[in-house]
Amino acid sequence: MRIEILGSGCTRCHGLEANIRKALEILGKDAEVVDVTDMQQIMAYGVMAMPALVIDGKVVSVGRVLSPEEAKKAIVGASA
Amino acid sequence: MLTLFADWFTYTLLRLPKGRLITEAIHFFVYDIPKIYLLLVVIVFVVAMLRTWIPAEKIKKLLTHRHQFVDNILAASLGILTPFCTCSAIPMFIGFVESGVPLGVTFSFLVASPMINEVAMVLLWGLFGARVALLYVGVGLLIAIVSGIIITRLHMEKYVEDYVYKIKVGAAPGDAPMTFKDRVVASWRYVGEIFRRVAPWVAVGVAIGAFIHGYAPENFLARYAGRDNPFAVLIAVLIGIPLYSNAEGVIPVVQALFAKGLPLGTTLAFMMAVTGLSMPEMIILRRVLKPRLLATFIGVVGVGILIVGYFFNWVL
Repeated sequence: MRIEILGSGCTRCHGLEANIRKALEILGKDAEVVDVTDMQQIMAYGVMAMPALVIDGKVVSVGRVLSPEEAKKAIVGASA
Repeated sequence: MLTLFADWFTYTLLRLPKGRLITEAIHFFVYDIPKIYLLLVVIVFVVAMLRTWIPAEKIKKLLTHRHQFVDNILAASLGILTPFCTCSAIPMFIGFVESGVPLGVTFSFLVASPMINEVAMVLLWGLFGARVALLYVGVGLLIAIVSGIIITRLHMEKYVEDYVYKIKVGAAPGDAPMTFKDRVVASWRYVGEIFRRVAPWVAVGVAIGAFIHGYAPENFLARYAGRDNPFAVLIAVLIGIPLYSNAEGVIPVVQALFAKGLPLGTTLAFMMAVTGLSMPEMIILRRVLKPRLLATFIGVVGVGILIVGYFFNWVL
């Protein structure tokens, strides 16, 4: 599983990344977590609000810092 | 009802004598905090509900095929509704430009979005009254609309960094259809997020206000930065630009300045400079704007804020 966090390095983006890692830990799941800060790549997903979460190439959430609980659901939902 | 509660709390529960300064300060505190918290929850909830119908990706579609001035007005108004952290500035800007939203209209949005938002409105309402809150929103809109129109007139499209025009924006992710219940749940969660962030600031702001309210207001600032000092607004704006804060954070400071006798126009100008023209935002915008356009943007908005400051000091 490949998880991408789209953002420009702001605190909210780091918050999302931390919660994703927490959720992965709770789930005992291994995944590649990547920070995407390149505008060309971010815009290619068509999102306009940061941070955005992309799992396996699919945009899962936009403009929100998911709580670890929500992140868990998103990860489980994406792997189903 | 809140007045009754505050009366009961101060006079009956704490058995404080009426008319003493400490009593009045506590009464003010007990009355103001619940009032602002209540306003905050109600208004943020209503705005969050509205927002579920207009995600950022849809806004750019709303802003294309219309009359120029109408677009500027619409862009500024949508700027109020959209929460906009500086980290979203670039994707918003690129998304707008790419989908053919005129540059001036994009700027109306960029000016209104950080400067006016529902949280700032609630706080101003709670601390200064509805009149000041509405003035702030009205004047902020005006600055955003006029700045956008001026930037359109200046034809500065070539001062946008060239790569912006080359970026290909992907198709926006399709929204999953939301039921009414989903909207309520999402909005409620957002209220919680905002409330946790803003509530401590409100308490600080009101505490300062209560303190000053109870212990006779000093006119310290009125003496040095009052109406008769022609440079006061200019200095307030120049101090405000490098300071960076969102509306919530700056409110306690604004409350203290106003209570110490800074005239309303100067106070509003300071607040607009802090929220509307911030250093981190400039640095981020520099990535998409060439220096000349960035300077024009700062100049137009800065002059707008100055005019507002002087105008209010003169009228009120």
